[in-house]
Amino acid sequence: MIELRNVNWTLPEGQEIISDLSLAIPGGKLTVVTGPNGGGKTTLAKLIAGLVTPTSGQILLDGRDITGLDVTQRARLGISYGFQTPVRFKGLTVQGLLEAAAGRLLSFDEMCDLTGKVGLCTADYVDREVDASLSGGEIKRVEIASVLARGTRVSIFDEPEAGIDMWSFNGLVEVFRSLKQQGMTMVVISHQQRLIEIADEIVVLSGGHLRDQGPRELVMPGLLAGEIAGHCPVGRKVGA
Amino acid sequence: MRIDALNPVAERLLKTVAGYQGEFKGAYNIRQDSGCAGRRSTDNIKIVPHREGKPGIEVHVAPGTKGETVFIPATVTRGNVDDLTYNDFYIGEGAEVTIVAGCGVHTDDAGEARHNGVHRFFISRGADVVYEEKHIGEGGGDGKRNIDPVSDVYLEEDARLTIDTVQLGGVDHSDRVTTAALKARARLVVRERLLTSGEQTATTRFDVVMEGEDSGCDLVSRSVARGRSRQEFFSRVVGKARCAGHSACDAIVADEAVVTAAPQLDAFSPDAALIHEAAIGKIAGEQILKLRTLGLTEEEAEAKIVEGFLR
Repeated sequence: MIELRNVNWTLPEGQEIISDLSLAIPGGKLTVVTGPNGGGKTTLAKLIAGLVTPTSGQILLDGRDITGLDVTQRARLGISYGFQTPVRFKGLTVQGLLEAAAGRLLSFDEMCDLTGKVGLCTADYVDREVDASLSGGEIKRVEIASVLARGTRVSIFDEPEAGIDMWSFNGLVEVFRSLKQQGMTMVVISHQQRLIEIADEIVVLSGGHLRDQGPRELVMPGLLAGEIAGHCPVGRKVGA
Repeated sequence: MRIDALNPVAERLLKTVAGYQGEFKGAYNIRQDSGCAGRRSTDNIKIVPHREGKPGIEVHVAPGTKGETVFIPATVTRGNVDDLTYNDFYIGEGAEVTIVAGCGVHTDDAGEARHNGVHRFFISRGADVVYEEKHIGEGGGDGKRNIDPVSDVYLEEDARLTIDTVQLGGVDHSDRVTTAALKARARLVVRERLLTSGEQTATTRFDVVMEGEDSGCDLVSRSVARGRSRQEFFSRVVGKARCAGHSACDAIVADEAVVTAAPQLDAFSPDAALIHEAAIGKIAGEQILKLRTLGLTEEEAEAKIVEGFLR
């Protein structure tokens, strides 16, 4: 379980992005974090993965305080993070990146398994460089595969649907469904209804505050009502 | 066949620069401390002394030769050796061959060890040559390890030369000069990878003239400069007809290192399409961050990025 206790994060210029946020993300489940743009979703993901450090507050993983741990230490504890905007590398190949992620060499069959899950054909991509020659959709799939290659207990995906065409997206939804069945803790930042529909738990962030959280069955109707009304979801009162 | 005249230092250097595993398959000429440690010709590839009486060799590849490799590595295994060699390559029409020409310099004393190879490539119509060159410097002495290769390339119609050069450490000073003249539909491809550290200096100069219609060149240099090392990249690409020329210098700079890139494009024809790209900068922070999210430390991430960049 991931727990945030009274977490604040403020930009150096003073703008408050996350404000006194406390929430618990259950272990072994798929939690979708959603909400309007600029609501603090990506910052929440970065806070958990250690890419940003809270101004105040605590972050716990399975009861252990990880607030003071850096990115590498958290990664080694079993937290993986798929970037919203994947990073490009001149020279580093898809295979090289996925092997760095796995921490070992990967056989052709293992590469096939990994890239197949994200809709890429291994033969076409193993030697491709993770550079500007990959399209937005291709590099996003490689990014997701880099998280899958680690197979860690916690995986965070920041808008995995961005840049993925609708045909491949079906496969991606199946990947998340399968990981969920394997008992992996997943945090998926998304606006995609198809992903929200397979969530166990939904967290709604807005304006740096927790607007709503709970099982999908309870939270989702409010989300859709908000969408129809054309304004931010108001949600239920958390804890009610 | 084992080459008995090799000394242990040369043998080790050859493993690194030319993949030597106790023998070379095919034609070879091995230069050791300004002398010849071994030579063999084959039916299609003849290696003979330089006709002008200069130190060095001529390599003659018969027209139509396919798939053969010729090894011409050079080693300097001690200080106070200033080796100068002239190697000429005559590649027959339609031949497809690989030339492996590594160079290793070693000094354990204060004496300077220098290898200066002057190469001329006469590549006939339709021939396709891959030239692989790996440089390494080693040894514990204070003497400088210098490698200064000069290559003059003459590509006839439809001929192609791919130069793949690697210098990943240990060489205190290198000054590489490559000139090329391309006839119609000829193509020159250069891939250079360079790593300097400490007080090392490395200069690369390209001067390519595309004379023939539809000729093309692609010159790509990737380098990493660390410590207080200095690198200079000069390229001049000249288009005299309808042609396509591309040169790129991509450098990662760290510490107090200095990198200079100075491209020059000269179009003497409105149909000459010439492009130069140059990018110099430190390793992007987001690249390190990404690899750290995979469990690598900052140092491991930097090493991985450099390894990929210079692959």
